[in-house]
Amino acid sequence: MARISVKVDGASYSDDVEPRMLLVHYLRERLGKVGTVVGCDTSNCGACTVHLDGRSVKSCNVLAVQADGHEVTTIEGISSGEELHPVQEAFRECHALQCGYCTPGMIMQAIDLLNENPSPSEEGIRHGLEGNLCRCTGYHNIVKAVQKAAGSDLEGAQQ
Amino acid sequence: MTVTEPTTEKREIGAARRRKEDQRLITGRTRWTDNIQLPGMLHVAMVRSPFAHARIVAIDTAEAEQAPNVVAVLTGAQVAGEQGGLITAWPVTPDQKTPDHPPIAVDRVTFAGEVVAVVVARSAAEARDAAELVDVEYDELPAVLTLEEAEQDTVHAHPDLGTNKSATWVLDSAQQGSGGDVDEAIEEARRNGVVIEREYRQQRLIPAFMEPRSFVCDPTGEQITLWSATQVPHIVRFALAATTGVPESKIRVIAPDVGGGFGGKLQITPEEWIVFLAARRLGRPVKYTETRSESLVSGHHGRDQVQRLTLAATKDGRVTGLKVELLADLGSYAALVGGGVPVLGAWMFNSIYKFDSYRFTTHNYYTNKTWVDAYRGAGRPEATYAIERLMTELAAELDVDPIEIREKNWIKHEEFPFTTVAGMTYDSGNYEAATAKAMELFGYDELREEQRRRRESNDAVQLGIGVSTFTEMCGLAPSRILGQLNYAAGGWEHADIRMLATGKVEVITGTSPHGQGHETAWSQIVADKLGVPFEDVEVLHGDTQISHRGMDTYGSRSLVVGAEAVVRAADKVIEKAKKIAAHMLEASEDDLEFRSGRLEVRGTDKGLTIQEVAMAAFHAHDLPDGAEPSIDGSATYDPDNFSFPHGTHLCAMEVDTETGATTMRKYVCVDDIGEIINPMIVEGQVHGGLVQGIAQALWEEAVYDDSGTLVTASFVDYTLPTAADTISFQTDHTTTPATYTSLGTKGVGEAGTIASTPAVVNAIVDAVRHLGVDDIVMPCTPERVYKAIRAGAGTGDATARDASALGGDAPRDASGQAHFSPGAEENADPGSTGSEGGQQ
Repeated sequence: MARISVKVDGASYSDDVEPRMLLVHYLRERLGKVGTVVGCDTSNCGACTVHLDGRSVKSCNVLAVQADGHEVTTIEGISSGEELHPVQEAFRECHALQCGYCTPGMIMQAIDLLNENPSPSEEGIRHGLEGNLCRCTGYHNIVKAVQKAAGSDLEGAQQ
Repeated sequence: MTVTEPTTEKREIGAARRRKEDQRLITGRTRWTDNIQLPGMLHVAMVRSPFAHARIVAIDTAEAEQAPNVVAVLTGAQVAGEQGGLITAWPVTPDQKTPDHPPIAVDRVTFAGEVVAVVVARSAAEARDAAELVDVEYDELPAVLTLEEAEQDTVHAHPDLGTNKSATWVLDSAQQGSGGDVDEAIEEARRNGVVIEREYRQQRLIPAFMEPRSFVCDPTGEQITLWSATQVPHIVRFALAATTGVPESKIRVIAPDVGGGFGGKLQITPEEWIVFLAARRLGRPVKYTETRSESLVSGHHGRDQVQRLTLAATKDGRVTGLKVELLADLGSYAALVGGGVPVLGAWMFNSIYKFDSYRFTTHNYYTNKTWVDAYRGAGRPEATYAIERLMTELAAELDVDPIEIREKNWIKHEEFPFTTVAGMTYDSGNYEAATAKAMELFGYDELREEQRRRRESNDAVQLGIGVSTFTEMCGLAPSRILGQLNYAAGGWEHADIRMLATGKVEVITGTSPHGQGHETAWSQIVADKLGVPFEDVEVLHGDTQISHRGMDTYGSRSLVVGAEAVVRAADKVIEKAKKIAAHMLEASEDDLEFRSGRLEVRGTDKGLTIQEVAMAAFHAHDLPDGAEPSIDGSATYDPDNFSFPHGTHLCAMEVDTETGATTMRKYVCVDDIGEIINPMIVEGQVHGGLVQGIAQALWEEAVYDDSGTLVTASFVDYTLPTAADTISFQTDHTTTPATYTSLGTKGVGEAGTIASTPAVVNAIVDAVRHLGVDDIVMPCTPERVYKAIRAGAGTGDATARDASALGGDAPRDASGQAHFSPGAEENADPGSTGSEGGQQ
């Protein structure tokens, strides 16, 4: 067991974890942050994408111990109260989700993408989301949602 | 129904309402099965067979049992008497051969990935660690791995059945009186017309829903509760009761948030049965969540057919006959729909066309591979692919435009209702209108012109245009027809509407959405029908304790069957409310009319809202004699017919003739799905469907190696398209309302997938046809395209197919047409050669 201290969605946690425990399992099983999900075993699908110190990571590809002393933001931590993050709002507005399973990862990746490049081209969006799989939407409306969010104010809502 | 129709205002129906479902899904407040944690919950790990076919000699569980925190290790032999079995709902013929399917294999494994033992431990990690310690001794048996081997029938997937053939199912237009004799038509065409003979391969696909399957069973209540990531909670409950001996009333199945299905969760699964068994045996809650690799290996696969096709036509391009002979791979077991999937194609090979004669035969075979069942479209994409490829080949043979050949053969809009050569009555449609609109949006003539220019300039990158004019049968289904087809269940759907005292409305549906947006669409429908605010409608589903009757969600049936039940339940609410309102208003029932949520006395300003009547029924202080104190409505609806959406899809592909790389340039589709409840949701269904169909054409294939191991058992190897692989689409609609549904809807869930695959392949072949290519085996990877071009270039004639097919293909006659003979080697199973995975 290893002792870790992590800040997740603004709250501080201190836990003993097995060294082999993945960050995504720590989030889901220990902290109850079940908004972040697992979709594959090979870090292809991106469903588990969260932010580690503000940059997107696939949390199935990070050990919980690697998050020690760092700050994690999940899908559950990006809206402020009732007010949705602009990317969340754009996903709803553009019908960029159907079953919703890939959505948390997709939104977290989209936020990272827009942080990197606030006004990406369609091609830039498509390449920026290449590491996140969606089986429902055919990506058409996800691309539209990111375009829409790019046109709206991302300041303030982003932690 | 007539109660509401004349006065119902359309306010919500047709509006692009943002979805009610989304608020939770975009904020992570979700209820996936794997989220569930219960006190004392145990976790299951599966021990799976590495062999495709083997006898289980012995299983040593001692070491696993001693591992930390292991509670139990179960083998098939231990639980053979109590584990129940997995049943097929559709034995397609009375003499279908169906092997027993125990959840945990008892003495023999029949595919690589089959469960042979189960470890239950306090944590999932400990269960998995201990599963590694279970020592299974196998005696390997010869395995049947391709349809070709299955057809030869020398090695058997199930030795005790004595044959690999499950069943042969035939539909013959001459026999059933819906058309002429196809053999005569073909003979006539050989003398005086054109005969196109082809063999197409529908590669094996994997549904690959994003949420891995997960099951939690809690046996501690009076009812045993099973949470399941399923499309079919009602069917699961029925089948559990039917096969385990537990009374149906003691089983509660809940499908909470379910992350996609596409047919892949239309199944009763070994893992579900195992969790149910383990929980009952141990008396504690048990959870199992599959890994992605387990999902790809053991969740059912889709498609996997060899299609031998003969199309007969006159010299001016009128089709006189179509003969279809399928070999369908069921995998090692008959799944829930199983042998019925290829049968569903029987009414669809003739598609939108008026053929004189038709014969459809499917030979269903068992192999030692993962079982095969419904995958988005189920039987209809396979049929549509075949006929849309054939019609394009006929056009090429006659040197006419592929749209012209379709127009010559399709049912004209004034000819509806039209009974097809397969015996199906299409109620409505307008293929001319959809095609005209699609061509205009596409810029068909301009793209043809560009294609001509590129050909003339010998451009390295050639342009191809693919046409797919499709129809499908949606809305499974009239129970009467299902009964005639030997299907073990009905096709009705149920709905309840509860009018709450506070004016809110609960709608209970027997459909079980997993991404389709029923909560939003059903709310729109009820809001209009009852004149209540959209926000006041709550749609409940997916829990057999709440939604006690249902047939669940698949086959584009939810809107055309499930929502029709909702409409009828709403009619009953109004009928009951009318009685009470008449009493309250001291008016005759006949003088009341229902308008925008109010029951009004005609010609006066007197009236009551339906919510006021609901409150009066709740108080029940002053009701008319004999009236029950409730205006709740229930309805179970059984449709009279299927519905027949259709559409025209046009695809432009660029093919780099030097590398074989393909790029989608443009994709336009105009679908006629009847009336639209929510255009935003419809567009989403079409987009997603398109990409799944395009993925079959270009990228996806379940590949087995020579020993029967699935080598595409992760997302590294089973290549789902990403955002970077796809383009934005142009979608539009024409509307011919369905005549069998009160809402005029036809269903949309599968349309995109059914139509797009042939559009893409037709486009690729069209780009390189002048180089001597007339077919490329799916998925059309750059390697296959490149090889086809190289093989075609030498001859200048259409012989590239021989090379593009991985194995031998049939010889061609002097005219360049491909032929096959009954003894000819089949279009080789791409899955039989591990080296040619077809993945990029």
